[in-house]
Amino acid sequence: MYQGIRISGFGGQGIISAGILLAQAGMIENKHVSWFPAYGAEMRGGTANCSVVVSSDEVASPIVARPDTVIVMNEPSLAKFEPMLKPGGLLIINSSLVNSKPQRSDIRVAYVACNKIAEEIGTTKIANMVALGAFMGLTGALGVEAISKALPKVFKRAKPELLELNVQALKKGAETKIS
Amino acid sequence: MKLINKKPSSLVDKPMRYCPGCGHGIVHRLIAEIMDELDIREHTVGVAPVGCAVFADEYFNCDMIQGPHGRGPAIATGIKRSKPECIVFSYQGDGDLASIGMAETVHSAARSENITIIFINNAIYGMTGGQMAPTTLLGQTSSTCPAGRSVAVNGYPIKVCEMLAQLEGARYLERTSVSTAPGVIKTKKAIKKAFQNQIDCVGFSMVEVLSTCPTNWGMTPVQGARFVDEKMTPIYPLGVFRSPEQ
Amino acid sequence: MAEKILMKGNEALAEGAVRAGCRFFAGYPITPQNEVPEYMSWRMPEVGGSFIQAESEVAAINMLYGASATGIRTMTSSSSPGISLKQEGISYCAGADLPIFFANVVRGGPGLGNIAAGQGDYFQSTRGGGHGDYYTIVMAPNCVEEMGNFPRRCYELAEKYRVPAMVLADAILGQMMEPVEFDFEPVDPKTLKAHDWALGIAAGRERRIVRSYDLREGKLELLNLERMERYRKIQEKEALHENRQTDDAKLVVAAYGTSSRIAAGAVKMARDKGMKVGLFRPITLWPFPTKALATIAEHVKNFLVVEMSMGQFVEDVRLAVCGTARVDLYARPAGVPSADEVFTEIEKVYQGIR
Repeated sequence: MYQGIRISGFGGQGIISAGILLAQAGMIENKHVSWFPAYGAEMRGGTANCSVVVSSDEVASPIVARPDTVIVMNEPSLAKFEPMLKPGGLLIINSSLVNSKPQRSDIRVAYVACNKIAEEIGTTKIANMVALGAFMGLTGALGVEAISKALPKVFKRAKPELLELNVQALKKGAETKIS
Repeated sequence: MKLINKKPSSLVDKPMRYCPGCGHGIVHRLIAEIMDELDIREHTVGVAPVGCAVFADEYFNCDMIQGPHGRGPAIATGIKRSKPECIVFSYQGDGDLASIGMAETVHSAARSENITIIFINNAIYGMTGGQMAPTTLLGQTSSTCPAGRSVAVNGYPIKVCEMLAQLEGARYLERTSVSTAPGVIKTKKAIKKAFQNQIDCVGFSMVEVLSTCPTNWGMTPVQGARFVDEKMTPIYPLGVFRSPEQ
Repeated sequence: MAEKILMKGNEALAEGAVRAGCRFFAGYPITPQNEVPEYMSWRMPEVGGSFIQAESEVAAINMLYGASATGIRTMTSSSSPGISLKQEGISYCAGADLPIFFANVVRGGPGLGNIAAGQGDYFQSTRGGGHGDYYTIVMAPNCVEEMGNFPRRCYELAEKYRVPAMVLADAILGQMMEPVEFDFEPVDPKTLKAHDWALGIAAGRERRIVRSYDLREGKLELLNLERMERYRKIQEKEALHENRQTDDAKLVVAAYGTSSRIAAGAVKMARDKGMKVGLFRPITLWPFPTKALATIAEHVKNFLVVEMSMGQFVEDVRLAVCGTARVDLYARPAGVPSADEVFTEIEKVYQGIR
């Protein structure tokens, strides 16, 4: 198996940590993994995005130029990353913050109200986890158990209560269906 | 028979190749006497510069390292941080310390690196043949300002002690001269204090020694000594600019 | 051995050096290697070492010159423009036979270039880099695990031959995360052999001098001839490389570092399509694995060089095959090819082979 993923959004939406969490979970499942961030010259206010590869084979390039899955957490990310997606690829859209619709018809699209669902669970901080849950549910690329194990390794200083909310968000996100 | 004087054991027993009337030999001997008196020879590491004193590594009877032009304070920093039990001194000329190595000078002082710097200011580049130094006086001729240093072309001489005195990290700064016998005695006292400070972990200590370069000044040794007293000291006044007691 | 840890390349590099016994780091901020000094700023005090943020790259390398002269394991890191600034100091270390270790996390150039990955510092790294006649041992990792494991090898080689050694990485290897398993137990510096040239406490021994000059008639040449003999031994014994599927290959792709892992992906695509393509990857760039490549060239008559520079690495490949094979070049100066793009180049060259 090979999954090349791009996750994109505003700085502060947990884009970078969501990517690391995927890589950590893939590692726990004994897959080959890589994570690569976009690191711009600007420190704040820019968009954040990262590439993650989870594969049964060695990872060639950690830069995912033709993703199997794209997760867009904010409006500007849609226009930037939709064109990169492989034909037949999966586009997960955070419909709480993204109003535009994708242009392509050769892709699968899932709308997830990440912020709204996260708020219902307790905090919008975990909107990224709702999106990851959707990714797991729709692709089956990684199990909930691996992600749960990965959580405390990535968020080393997080309180157990917050980690529990993260797991809830993942599970809720995993209920997402392709529209 | 009673022994009344001898070569310091911190000096290697070989003739120095400095010119007649040059101040390097005097200051070398003072440093060596101080190393003997403080009994630190066996754990002192000296840093030799680029310039006439490049050969200092052959003259001091302690561990020595010779490094790139101007980088003495950085090299001394690396040694001192790795071996805090060692006494580390950097011996530098004016081109080395105040021109190419100014950043290292300022920042080692700002960090109050616990090292000792001996700064020889003779207002000229010696080894390369008498070019203008950052400390060359206005009107003074050199091989790169043959008509004399002018403000319009070359700007003003740099007064290192006055400049470094602005930094909290510069714990001890004193300017002395080796142009006279009393000056030599005062210089020895100042250098000894700069070493004692390091032993006492006081921080950055520097002694600026006004020295002579009769060869490149086109003077006799006697004229050279007079040049220091009459021309240099009015621009570079002697005295203590910062001391740990302040 | 310990469990795998997900680490950033720059952090693996720093941790690898610490585990190998490094106890002095001096550096200056520059993207994309900032995680190295940041990591060292807390890790060094933790292991009783020293960390200094220097006032410049020039000061940093000279702090290393002083620190390594006391015989301890030291490190500095930077990225392309900063490594240029350090070259004078590296030349002094080579001239004074000090076994320093440093890393270049290469970015796009020349000049300020950009902060993305590049391989444009190949000549600088493998041809000495600074002034005078000298070489630096250059190791080129192609994954984060090697970023963590190569510093130890660099220290051992540097000390064995008394020459500087470096890791030549790039922005991708520095910024990416991958699982890491260190292939050695942490080194306690106290267990390392004391060097008979190290400065410090001189009680009961002759004084020592560390310097790179000798002005006596004819003496410098004698020093250089002795050093040349050490370089010859390094070339004879220490070259490392990796071959993949070269035995039956009609075409061998040659690449190092990041390019080599991308090329490996492209080679796999070619094999899946039944094309007889292999991969040659030098792990040490100096010494260059000339013999290993010449051996392949005895039966492979077509090579494709992939490098993220205009054609620097290709020169060493051409020197090694010495006119016995055709060498094509896919150059991406400050660009990162995808495996698909490399595969397209492979197809083009492969179709031309009779």
